[in-house]
Amino acid sequence: MSQTFFGGVSFILSKYWSLFLRGTAITLVVSLTGTIFGFLIGLIVALLRTIPVHKTDKPLKKLSVRFLSFILSSYIEIFRGTPMIVQAMVIYYGGLSKALSGLHDVYKGIAAAIIIISINTGAYMAEIIRGGIISVDPGQMEGALSIGMTYRQAMFNVVFPQAIRNIMPSIGNEFVVNIKDSSVLNVISVAELYFMSKSAAGAYLRYFEVFFITAVIYFILTFTVTRILRVIERKMEGKDSYTIHGSQSYSKASIHITSESKSIIGGGLK
Amino acid sequence: MSNNNINTNNSSNAILDIINLEKRFGNNLVIRDISMSVFEGEVVSIIGSSGAGKSTLLRCINLLEEPTGGDILFHGKSILTDRKSVSSYRAKVGMVFQQFNLFNNMTVLQNCVVGQMKVLGRSRAEAEETAKMYLDRVGMYAFADALPRQISGGQKQRAAIARTLCMNPEVILFDEPTSALDPEMVGEVLSVMRSLVKGGMTMLVVTHEMGFAREVSSRVIFMDSGIIEESDTPDVIFTSPKKERTRAFISSIL
Repeated sequence: MSQTFFGGVSFILSKYWSLFLRGTAITLVVSLTGTIFGFLIGLIVALLRTIPVHKTDKPLKKLSVRFLSFILSSYIEIFRGTPMIVQAMVIYYGGLSKALSGLHDVYKGIAAAIIIISINTGAYMAEIIRGGIISVDPGQMEGALSIGMTYRQAMFNVVFPQAIRNIMPSIGNEFVVNIKDSSVLNVISVAELYFMSKSAAGAYLRYFEVFFITAVIYFILTFTVTRILRVIERKMEGKDSYTIHGSQSYSKASIHITSESKSIIGGGLK
Repeated sequence: MSNNNINTNNSSNAILDIINLEKRFGNNLVIRDISMSVFEGEVVSIIGSSGAGKSTLLRCINLLEEPTGGDILFHGKSILTDRKSVSSYRAKVGMVFQQFNLFNNMTVLQNCVVGQMKVLGRSRAEAEETAKMYLDRVGMYAFADALPRQISGGQKQRAAIARTLCMNPEVILFDEPTSALDPEMVGEVLSVMRSLVKGGMTMLVVTHEMGFAREVSSRVIFMDSGIIEESDTPDVIFTSPKKERTRAFISSIL
């Protein structure tokens, strides 16, 4: 084997490319799926935690809301307050391993990883989404309630879409964090990118070369994902142009307004 | 002037009866012992200095604030006892806000359509037709496709009025509808409101536009530190108020 750095790198790549590829695939799968499920968990938790309680509500509802909010905030505090690597050990050896024992090793690892990342991400997402909901101008909720929408209709049609738009950067950030932090799941033998790299490095004891490759792969993943998320964010801004219609008697007339130019493009009264 | 009395027992044709209403934020008693009725076709203006509790009263009537005492009757039935009927009550009592509160994630047209579909169960086609009719009436048909951030304050407020009209409310509450507007946009909103008055809409208007209040109101209520100080015809309130506080307020603003 070559003693130069680049020689080593190319040797490792040619020998272990499929290992890196599988590790990368598993890293992407568990971090993406974990982020999505984490988002769903966080969504439910945040919606439950933002339910308003009225003085006129029945005592049973008040009590159950208070109990639920105690449970949910405990979940958030515990999972934000301990490292995911420790959570992985506790959950995996505290029963998850047994529960998944019917599965083939690779799938068992993937399933365990998704479950742990989802629970962990859910705790962060819950606070991100709650923050997004309370950051939307309360007037939006009031406007919706004032035309007779129920709290739920107002939340899903008016407040939540605006909250999501506002927290999109934070949601994307969680995904990027998960791509990197899923590496800690090597402690429960999930065959993700870091775990695969460790195996590759151990065979020839070429740690520097192997983990240089690993670092490049992680960076490409996060950088690409960040770019894609920016495109999605921009799409969610909504159109920045609109058409002015003529009055009903001149329904064919229209003027197109774009925000960049603030100029009138075509159309006009006929 | 149809009715000057504020007799709460007379709910024969009153849309709203407010009885000894009280709202307290902590130890702060913002409105107390407010009793008044709103009859069909009436335009009632509420005037008074900032902090008098005018907006709080309006927000209590639409249940955006929960009153801490008293009662609100809608066609003789209390709306405070039954939380389930709150939504259908609110649909019949429109509200126009100082800050417009148009839904920022929707176009002007969608703003007017969503409530009709979700609350009144109208089809999209029917809702859009109604929306376009009311947008045309407030002069906003041309901007149906614009997002709230793309139009001016006056346009937003006119769209918000159209949104409320789409729900076919029996009474509309206006909470300082022109206070957040640049001076040159106040006129366009007031003229839309004038046309509603002409159309016979029942309105309860909190306003600082004294000229408007004097011109269109069937009754003017002067509020001071949480109570109704005086309630009378605009002529009496603006030219020969009976109470000293009313006189002081009127002379300070005219």
